[in-house]
Amino acid sequence: MTNTFNKVSESIRSASVWQQKYREIMLLGKTLPSLPTALKIDDALVPGCESKVWMYVEFDLTENVLVVAGDSDTRIVKGLLALILALYNGLTPEQVLQVNAYNEFEKLGLISHLSPSRGNGIKAMVEKIQTMAKQN
Amino acid sequence: MATILANNDNVDITMPELKFDITRVRQDFPTLNQSINACPLVYLDSGATTQKPQCVIDTTAKFYTDENANVHRGRHTLSENATIQYENVRAQTATYFGVNSSEIVWTKGATEAINLVANGLRKQVTANDTIIITPIEHHANLVPWQVLAQQTGAKLAAMPLNKDGTFDTELCLKFIKKQKPAIVAISHVSNALGNITDLPAIIECAKSLGAIVVVDGAQSAMHLKPNLKILDCDFYVFSAHKMIGPTGVGGLYGRYELLNDLTPYQTGGEMIQTVTLYESVYRDAPAKFESGTPNIAGITAFGAALSYLSQFRHAEIFEHEQAVFNYAHSRLAKIDGIYLYSSIKNNIGTLCFNYKDEHPFDLATLLDGYGVAVRAGHHCTQPLMAHLGINGSVRASFAFYNNYSDVDKFIDALQACIAILD
Repeated sequence: MTNTFNKVSESIRSASVWQQKYREIMLLGKTLPSLPTALKIDDALVPGCESKVWMYVEFDLTENVLVVAGDSDTRIVKGLLALILALYNGLTPEQVLQVNAYNEFEKLGLISHLSPSRGNGIKAMVEKIQTMAKQN
Repeated sequence: MATILANNDNVDITMPELKFDITRVRQDFPTLNQSINACPLVYLDSGATTQKPQCVIDTTAKFYTDENANVHRGRHTLSENATIQYENVRAQTATYFGVNSSEIVWTKGATEAINLVANGLRKQVTANDTIIITPIEHHANLVPWQVLAQQTGAKLAAMPLNKDGTFDTELCLKFIKKQKPAIVAISHVSNALGNITDLPAIIECAKSLGAIVVVDGAQSAMHLKPNLKILDCDFYVFSAHKMIGPTGVGGLYGRYELLNDLTPYQTGGEMIQTVTLYESVYRDAPAKFESGTPNIAGITAFGAALSYLSQFRHAEIFEHEQAVFNYAHSRLAKIDGIYLYSSIKNNIGTLCFNYKDEHPFDLATLLDGYGVAVRAGHHCTQPLMAHLGINGSVRASFAFYNNYSDVDKFIDALQACIAILD
């Protein structure tokens, strides 16, 4: 697991009640820089979400790493996005395939947010990152 | 912006004594008696689907355990009994809505019923026709008409709507007279807001000009129990699962001559009189719209739902729902920063709201942490949300099995969520 992820998820891990967990998630979301309006286009929207989630997954050829960026109009989803970014950003495709977001979310008590019914785009984002890693 | 900042200290919080035995009623609905996230469930999403009483669950199980057979086919005892039961529920449904059995067609839900009408009218609609739709419609009562307009060249015209999401009946009547529509497709109750449409005047006006009036009754069928002969619409669609019945069952009422004139859009077995290799003669309505094996277990269980509802006078249910709704909106209105979009008058019991500029998704996620089930989003009514100038909202929708305690838990949870967000 990346150090960045361990660091950013620490406060969520140590939250004693669910209310505190969500507070920490939303605070984490605040630290994530907003995407410029020019990038918040419909083409970048994750389809089928109750909330708006814009995401970009690119492969940096020179560094051989994945570059992930995203934003959401909801505070909770934006916090969850920040977790995903911390989990995957800057990893090589081989490293990406070693990471299991489901396990990590399970450990944080957030697995329900990766369920298909939530429709919050986080699951779709993980799937897109995994697909991208397999192609590179 | 078409919103009311609901912070009115003049609102009286009254809790009239509830007349029907709500404690017993709640015991009949097993789903209600559970904890979600270690809190007692507060189910406020009946606009999406209602919970089911034990008798509906038992009837489904009993059908598959003891009674399963196909209908209108076999000459054996099980098939005959299943057919009798299946047709009895059709009669029961017709009685519920004050119409004739032959005017009820089974579908898998309100959406399919609207599609059946829209497709069935295709041969009768021309490029010179106008179809009136409204900005409050669920997408299910918009998209099929858009498709019909594209296929026939007919024009769509949207009914005028006040800024606050209510209709001005006088303006509607003027609009109808000006447009001289062939079809008017309109909701009896807005699914997002719960507002009740003043249908009688609209239907009378539209029909006097020769229009066919199609009413989306998904939200009104249980809460208002309309007598469709008195309402005098031409078509009315409903979903069993919003009437404490099972999912996958719904229906279409159609005035018989008009119903029988629709062209079936699904064909196959059971809907035919005679079939040769090259052509077929269809049976009369409702059979000609019911090709294939229907949801027999679901329809049988829907009969149990209607029987359950029939033990109450409808006025009792309505009065109870209104008392709980009035208490809920008066408590909600006391919270600073709440924007309420639902009309308080003429409402089936739905509170559509936002808190300051918080995203409804965040509020609903946190409410779920307290065991409160609400819907967040655009409620399949994007044009209405655009009209109100919002992206979405939280919707708390009540039914007769909700009580004052649900309201208290909901408001307490909402205040706790606000404390997390602020």
